[in-house]
Amino acid sequence: MKNSSNETFHLPKLERQPFEPRALKSIVLSSITILSAVFACVPLFSVLIMLIYRGGKRLSFELFYALPPTAFETGGGFGNAILGTLFMVGLAALISVPFGILAAIYLAELGKYNKVAQIARFCAKTMTGLPSILAGVFAYAAVVLIMRNYSAWAGGIALSLLMIPVVMLTAEEAIKMVPQAMKDAAFGMGCTQTQSLVKVILPVAMPGLITGVVLAVARAAGETAPLLFTALFSDYWLRVNEPTASLAVLIYNYSGMPFENQIELAWAASLILVLMVFILNIISRAIGGKKRI
Amino acid sequence: MAMKQLSGAEESHSLSRPPSSVDILFDKSFRALTCTFTWATILLLAFIVYKIGRQAIPAVSTYGLGFLTSTTWDVNAHEFGILPEIWGTLYSSFLALFLGGFFGITIAIFLTQDFLPHKLEMILKNIIELLAAIPSVVYGLWGIYVLIPLIRPVADLLHDNLGWIPFFSTSLSGPGMFPAVLVLSIMILPTVAAISQDAFRAIPHKTKEAAFGMGTTRWEAILRVMLPTASGGIFGALVLGFGRALGETMALAMLVGNANEISLSLFAPANTLAALLALNFPEAGELEASVLMYAACVLLLITLLVNIAGAAIISRTGSGGKK
Repeated sequence: MKNSSNETFHLPKLERQPFEPRALKSIVLSSITILSAVFACVPLFSVLIMLIYRGGKRLSFELFYALPPTAFETGGGFGNAILGTLFMVGLAALISVPFGILAAIYLAELGKYNKVAQIARFCAKTMTGLPSILAGVFAYAAVVLIMRNYSAWAGGIALSLLMIPVVMLTAEEAIKMVPQAMKDAAFGMGCTQTQSLVKVILPVAMPGLITGVVLAVARAAGETAPLLFTALFSDYWLRVNEPTASLAVLIYNYSGMPFENQIELAWAASLILVLMVFILNIISRAIGGKKRI
Repeated sequence: MAMKQLSGAEESHSLSRPPSSVDILFDKSFRALTCTFTWATILLLAFIVYKIGRQAIPAVSTYGLGFLTSTTWDVNAHEFGILPEIWGTLYSSFLALFLGGFFGITIAIFLTQDFLPHKLEMILKNIIELLAAIPSVVYGLWGIYVLIPLIRPVADLLHDNLGWIPFFSTSLSGPGMFPAVLVLSIMILPTVAAISQDAFRAIPHKTKEAAFGMGTTRWEAILRVMLPTASGGIFGALVLGFGRALGETMALAMLVGNANEISLSLFAPANTLAALLALNFPEAGELEASVLMYAACVLLLITLLVNIAGAAIISRTGSGGKK
């Protein structure tokens, strides 16, 4: 019957002409998308090129062992700032890694379904959105006002507040990824919950845990706002109970100075900071990407 | 003798043995330890809110709610108000959300809707994520020495020819709202792009196949099927991006101009809450420190509300697709 009415029944066209309105709209939208994706990459490359061009000019061995120059001096470096950043980030990691991972174990394994875990998870998620300057304000109120001095301790504590939720939430995900069969096998061998965690679950989840820690360290290394009024800045070598220099605060302080030498140092410090952060990011990707459970 | 038998059994057949009392003690204390740290997380957040609130009490009782609506900031006259900063925070964040949101969503579409071979998709995804890894103080430095000189001619051109539009009513004299917003939008773009990508990836493949089966073009499928399905997750991404923009400090402190003014103009200097804290706290006296704590409380409140709303939206929609 259909065959007989073939003359009146028109098949819709199956091929599109490139310039009919529907196809045209697709082409226009696709090109807008491609353009904006390219456009979004421009700032990254611009930043990198400027860092290499302006920071690389100043790169020398002196940067790593010399102290910052005074106003009209030439030369100088920021060895104390590199040391300060390493110390404060290290301190923050020492606080936040045990804190984050132990809490994550509870969230992912021991208290999976109870209310406390849910509330703690919610708190950690909220803390990831905490503006970094408020971590500084808190450390100022809780450490600086009590110790009556700006110090590297206060800076490290401020940074640890930003690292704890990152470590905790990534560690929770990593522990959750461990297959149930492995946990069951450990219990079947008569492991206590702790033994199964320490001997089976944590080793298997290790790449994920390390990824989270490295990412958190990378984030903390670049933070400036929490250090502005906790560690302050100093032109001298690290003394932990005194104001302490850091790369990030050095960049901020020197960026507004009218001296060419200081501005060059700010670019060089940025280059070193970005290199550190990128290397950490690449390490975390390499570890996280290699072993997907 | 019994020991010997046991160890012999261990070597040859099986590793299993019942936990000893030491194991059980260790187990109990380890569990208690993890539970303690979980509680510590909750208490830490409460302690942060308490500590900042506590320091702000003197200022809250002196200035009351008038603090939020007053526009003067005069340390010598003991007059403080943060209306310009609240305005600057919201205005800059909305503008940045507009720009960063547009680019973020477009990139999420570009990376999830088969525009590129898988390898290239991964490379571009990593590039966008590296944008987020650059510290904000470096963006600030870049903004001062690269971006501002670059956009000044454009800003002058707009001001000279279209100065009657309120957005262009002042000329750009260096730092100002526009460069700050540009940098801010670069910084929230990766957040929006990443969460929106998750939303798109969560849509079952069948949904798209069904759309193509109806004879849609690629963009008809994206605009009428994929976008609406992912809209929950995308909305959550925008809210979280907005939260990031509200709290971003360094780039704004370096680029926004630190001016206590309310203006619609994109080229006028302004100020934000976070930048106010960063710029005034290091040299603040006791009274000003307390006032700044009050401002910190306001910022804390706004960001907490926005972040909680964002997290709630994302968890309720399950990042898009599955309802």
